[in-house]
Amino acid sequence: MNALRRLGPALFAPVLAVVVAVVISSVVMAALQVNPLRVFEVMVDFGETPSQQITALVVIVNRAVPLFLAGLAVAVAFRMGLFNIGVEGQYRLATIIAAAAGAAVSLPGPVHVVFIIVVAMLVAAIWAGLVAVLKVTRGVSEVISSIMLNFVALGLASYLLTGPFRGSAPGTNIVGTKVIPESGWVPGLNKIFDVLGLANPPRQLYGFLIIAVVAGVLVSVLLNRTRFGYDLRASGISPSAASASGVNARAMVVKTMLLSGAIAGLIGLPDLLGSTHAYTTNFTAGLGFLGIAVALLGRNKPGGIALAALLFAFLDRSLVPLQIADYPASVVTIFQGTIVLAVVIANEIARRVARRTAERDTAEPAAAAPAGSTDARQEVQA
Amino acid sequence: MSTAVTTPEAPGRGPINGLLTGGSRYRRLLWILAGAVVVLAAVRVISGEDALTSSSTMAAALLLAVPIGLAALGGLFAERAGVVNIGLEGMMILGTWGAGWAGYQWGWAAALVGGVLFGALGGLLHAVATVTFGVDHVISGVAINILAAGIVRFLSELLYTKNVKGGGVTQSPALSSKPPTLSLPVLSSGPDLLGHVERLHWFLISDVAGVLRGVSHEVGVLTVLAVLLIPASYLLLWRTAFGLRLRSCGENPWAADTLGVAVYRMKYIAVVISGALAGMGGVFLVFIAGIYRENQTNGRGFIGLAALIFGNWRPGGLAAGAGLFGFADALQLRSRSAVVALLLLVAILLAVLAITQAIKGNVLQSVIAGVVAVGALIAFLTIDVLPPGIVSFTPHLTTLLVLSLASQRLRPPQADGLVYRRGES
Repeated sequence: MNALRRLGPALFAPVLAVVVAVVISSVVMAALQVNPLRVFEVMVDFGETPSQQITALVVIVNRAVPLFLAGLAVAVAFRMGLFNIGVEGQYRLATIIAAAAGAAVSLPGPVHVVFIIVVAMLVAAIWAGLVAVLKVTRGVSEVISSIMLNFVALGLASYLLTGPFRGSAPGTNIVGTKVIPESGWVPGLNKIFDVLGLANPPRQLYGFLIIAVVAGVLVSVLLNRTRFGYDLRASGISPSAASASGVNARAMVVKTMLLSGAIAGLIGLPDLLGSTHAYTTNFTAGLGFLGIAVALLGRNKPGGIALAALLFAFLDRSLVPLQIADYPASVVTIFQGTIVLAVVIANEIARRVARRTAERDTAEPAAAAPAGSTDARQEVQA
Repeated sequence: MSTAVTTPEAPGRGPINGLLTGGSRYRRLLWILAGAVVVLAAVRVISGEDALTSSSTMAAALLLAVPIGLAALGGLFAERAGVVNIGLEGMMILGTWGAGWAGYQWGWAAALVGGVLFGALGGLLHAVATVTFGVDHVISGVAINILAAGIVRFLSELLYTKNVKGGGVTQSPALSSKPPTLSLPVLSSGPDLLGHVERLHWFLISDVAGVLRGVSHEVGVLTVLAVLLIPASYLLLWRTAFGLRLRSCGENPWAADTLGVAVYRMKYIAVVISGALAGMGGVFLVFIAGIYRENQTNGRGFIGLAALIFGNWRPGGLAAGAGLFGFADALQLRSRSAVVALLLLVAILLAVLAITQAIKGNVLQSVIAGVVAVGALIAFLTIDVLPPGIVSFTPHLTTLLVLSLASQRLRPPQADGLVYRRGES
């Protein structure tokens, strides 16, 4: 019963949001004379042969890995009440510098990979740290400064790509950095399919999946099982209560943004180390903004973010099939946008329902619920 | 620090200082403006970059400032009523699409109506989420930005890909009529006296002529409307009962409620107006290009928000902010070498700051400002042309620098961004 109580509101909001999003986008499509049922059919059609189906799954997981990391980066800041809208700029700048640094050195296998990861995390953390420093020393809102730094980062990245870091021959269509030597690649995980006795698809499952899972577990432990995580969450729920209990608010802002930035540095690496091996003009963009949506949908918890990332990756995969079937592929974007808006509204409704239940419970002392559920704690601040 | 209440017998204020900093705030502002023009003229002469004050740069600056100013004005209405509006960018995107769609069918006037309506719809959505459902304002705004980009792409795909009049997934057919433009007679058109003076390249006089000609030669109707909206908003918000009620919702909604103000309704009105103004900013962009293109807004909604904060949540201030960012943007578009001349400007301003801080006894701040000033001067003397990637973020970097210098003196509306529920405190 207690478990159900805790899971109920947590599941209620996202499920309601997805249902609402399906209904709204169906109505929009129907109003514009597109058959929504056919569109959904195309979206869930993974192909006929087992190999095609496994390939579709690999595509989804490969896309979900960077989305998960992006959601994680945003969520860490969110839990403290900070809006890190600058994830986009942080990961783009980190990826290009890490790509150039990785191509410039020659190191033995694992060390090379670790080197690239550390460079990326450092660059993104510094970029996010700028936002924190501006906030605590000059009082600049992190929303505005991170948006402005996004533009600066994208400009810098384009300058670096066409200037000092240019590795491709002049005259080629796609400008890119030098290719990272093979010792700096993260191998795929396709052996799993052989072990499981499934068809081995032509596409490689990113080895970075393991690093992403580790990152998720580490963040979860850090947030829920350490003093630092407790202070972080406390500052997010009630800044005044946190500082009254001895938390240094300014230091927390800086530390949280550094952590958020360091995770953001990882976002570009699954693609960089798993398939492209160089940063080019058409490197995956927009993951930072999608990360905000993924974090909201996942209610800022690593498990939820993973599910949200998979859902968004599933939606993204259907872009190409929809285009082939001559349906407007932007349905997917509408769907994603509606989900986000629906989920924040549903969260709010769920919060109010939970609050009313809590009020009823406290009114009858005999039925006083055991303390400790997250929702009860959220109510304290409201 | 307020000199507005300085008494005449205030000690230590010499006659020159009194002339420069005494009097009303408006007189001080005038002096600052005049000083800026003189410094700019001096930088122009020293660096030889005529683009700094040419009428074409100024005209471009005005064109680029107007959409930012309209977005900022939209932000003003929402935030004065206590609703933070990060969704300005999304509402602006909706505005560009609405303008393109109505404009190619029924001409420029319809484009204006269409863009404003689409922007207002975005505002309505934000109001429903934040006011009725009490969603966090920033989250709702971010969601609207994502949603708006999706909606316009979807509608374009649906309506333009098989359209006989042209257009495609990322753009509309061209507008069927162009909005009219106005020029000042004699001074900027016909005999074009200001143009003559500008071409003489005299110190200060030609600079002033260039600035004036830039803002009075072939100005669009919407520009005139946008400029007039600034004082109009001031009058509406600070000189009417409606404005007082609206602002009271942003300062203390609980008190406003006890005084009989319909807080929810006022917030709805404010946020819908906010969306309409941001949409108008989008219309303006469509007017410049004569066509709707995807990503036409390019983050201008966000810069508008920054201009609003820079302007201390007041119409005059946000207009100044929009002007500054418009100028920085125009400069980087027109001449990459002129951006280098800006470094000289930065060096001069920081040197002045270093001297004033040294007089006040702030050694550390004085030294920092001095060192950066010398660095900017060296950069100005050694760099010829900045690469395009770097130049492209001039306006954003300017925004960031100005905000980091000015943020601490700003005062946002007291209840800005707080979720207000009637009967709960």
